[in-house]
Amino acid sequence: MTAVHLGMPKAQRPTLPTAPAGVGNLRGDRPFPAAARDALRDGQLRANLGAATTTIRGKRAGVVAEVPDWAQLREAGRAIKAATMARLDEHLEELERQVTARGGTVHWARDATEANAIVTALVRATGADEVVKVKSMATQEIGLNEALEAAGITALETDLAELIVQLGEDRPSHILVPAIHRNRAEIREIFARTIPGVDPGLTDDPRRLAMAARTHLRERFLRARVAVSGANFAVAETGTLAVVESEGNGRMCLTLPQTLITVMGIEKLVPTWRDLEVFLQLLPRSSTGERMNPYTSLWAGVTPGDGPQEFHLVLLDNGRTAVLADEVGREALHCIRCSACLNVCPVYERAGGHAYGSVYPGPIGAVLSPQLTGMSGDENDPNASLPYASTLCGACYDVCPVAIDIPSMLVHLRGEHVEAQQRTTPEAAAFRALARVMSHPRLWRLAQRAAGLGRFLARGRPTLPAALPPPASAWTRARDLPTPPRETFTQAWAREHGA
Amino acid sequence: MTARDEVLARIRTALGPERRPPAPVARDYRTTDDRPLPELLDVLTDRLTDYRATVLRCAPDAIGATVTAALDTALGAGWVPGDVVVAPGVPEGWRPAGCTEDDGRPAVELPAFAASLTGVTLAIAETGTLVLDASPVCGRRALSLLPDLLVCVVTADQVVGSVPEGLARLDPLRPLTLISGPSATSDIELQRVEGVHGPRTLVVVLAGD
Repeated sequence: MTAVHLGMPKAQRPTLPTAPAGVGNLRGDRPFPAAARDALRDGQLRANLGAATTTIRGKRAGVVAEVPDWAQLREAGRAIKAATMARLDEHLEELERQVTARGGTVHWARDATEANAIVTALVRATGADEVVKVKSMATQEIGLNEALEAAGITALETDLAELIVQLGEDRPSHILVPAIHRNRAEIREIFARTIPGVDPGLTDDPRRLAMAARTHLRERFLRARVAVSGANFAVAETGTLAVVESEGNGRMCLTLPQTLITVMGIEKLVPTWRDLEVFLQLLPRSSTGERMNPYTSLWAGVTPGDGPQEFHLVLLDNGRTAVLADEVGREALHCIRCSACLNVCPVYERAGGHAYGSVYPGPIGAVLSPQLTGMSGDENDPNASLPYASTLCGACYDVCPVAIDIPSMLVHLRGEHVEAQQRTTPEAAAFRALARVMSHPRLWRLAQRAAGLGRFLARGRPTLPAALPPPASAWTRARDLPTPPRETFTQAWAREHGA
Repeated sequence: MTARDEVLARIRTALGPERRPPAPVARDYRTTDDRPLPELLDVLTDRLTDYRATVLRCAPDAIGATVTAALDTALGAGWVPGDVVVAPGVPEGWRPAGCTEDDGRPAVELPAFAASLTGVTLAIAETGTLVLDASPVCGRRALSLLPDLLVCVVTADQVVGSVPEGLARLDPLRPLTLISGPSATSDIELQRVEGVHGPRTLVVVLAGD
């Protein structure tokens, strides 16, 4: 008799520090099912999300379909990212050399706390008590705004959606459009309530709302002395950084202040200038569904007479090296933050971004957040619930511009989570029993015969009733359990061919 | 250990002692666009118009007159030439008489101008993208950002078909701005609205026979 092993083969790999708890925004305060249940009751939220994701899915599909070599670009994007990770240390050292040679200063941060301290010290050194910010996932991840505020420095978000979130004292719910959960009427209400001196006749026409933001921020841009940005890409061989945006708030921040501080995850670089020819085609079409976004700014160090004369680049680890150590999981570091996977995800579309707890929601968040923070064996760890926040339908993989196999990674992380559990869960006990039954042919036949009893409960329907008694209810509450067939395969074989 | 050394050491630990060389990147996507130039000019016009930019086509010897016509349309009759600021390298023949040349004054003074006039370093037809590289004809970055109307002159010889062709011609060490239409946002219900912080109006004068 061979014992049947039910589970994932365990890989030996080095353990590296994950993102520290207690700082930043990578972990919510309750598991996904609990948070999602509240979101599902919010009809307005579901209507807003449904309308917005339907719009963007259509736009993306249209502009992707018109590119005849999309499949080749996607594969090139994947291969470039894989090659980048394989030599990440060398590329980072080259980036540092190039940025330094062009008048920039490079800082390294082991984690969120260190990155926040570096940026705070840099801002303090300028004497400024206000910074303008370009939308950046990295600075949201580390909770930079909160850290600056604690140091008496006001961080002003300038991206329209970020501004809506900041003025509404809300949390972002989407990578690209953090205020996707708000409709125009709600945004009008937030602006009317919070922007000093706003036109009392402000309507909910998106054009008028955008104008209100323009008026509100213009003077702040002109007086700002320090800007903080993220980066979409950094080119190792030239030291060139890239910020991709739409509104021009990015250009304002990257051009007008005297000092520019860019915070970038260590995985965001590409080795060569030529690599951008791939990503500048993949990103806009996947992200906003445009052939090209309105503005892309590229700069290398400092240019005398044009733009900031002081440039700092902060390279952030915060758990990324721990992700890199997992040969399956490291593909999550290929993400270029386009958010296409959010827009096609049936779970995201219904639950919304807040349910994921982390600043990285949706399918990519479900694989990235738990890896950055690590999953504790504690059954109440919110991030340990994220790999289960998926139906494994695979739509995210299909649209990913760098072909990240999110469904396989979710399954991999579920395995990791089960391995990490300290307590025996009902599920683990069930699987242990199943492994024993599957190892003994006689028990297996008995169990199959017993399963046939389920047909009585179903009373002719294709699925069993949802209201099964515990512990079976834990499964049937959220899933259909098919009615067992009249006979098993072995029984059918024996009947037709003789035992 | 410094943070730098520690992060680098973590990466080396994560990747392990036996590193496989990365697989080569197959660049079998399109890197050239063989369409004839007149077709590329039509594609560029179509894409820019799709972004709600205005494109005015003209003969190479009619750039100056077309720029003036563009300003007439966008600013209305009675605009003052001094309210138009031009990049220092813009040829004399393109400029409206009496315009202001950018002299590097503080950027806070630039929003007061009604319009700015610049050239480009190249344009990418397939994506409707203009590229400015902060050279004298393009001007510093703030110039094409702060006035509410931006007029860019593109000559036919500057137009390439695809993104790879465009990037291959650029100098990655210069400050580069890729402009594809006027400032826009999709942040409210994911519907595109033109005109947020950058110029709300973009007029492209495309010169070529």
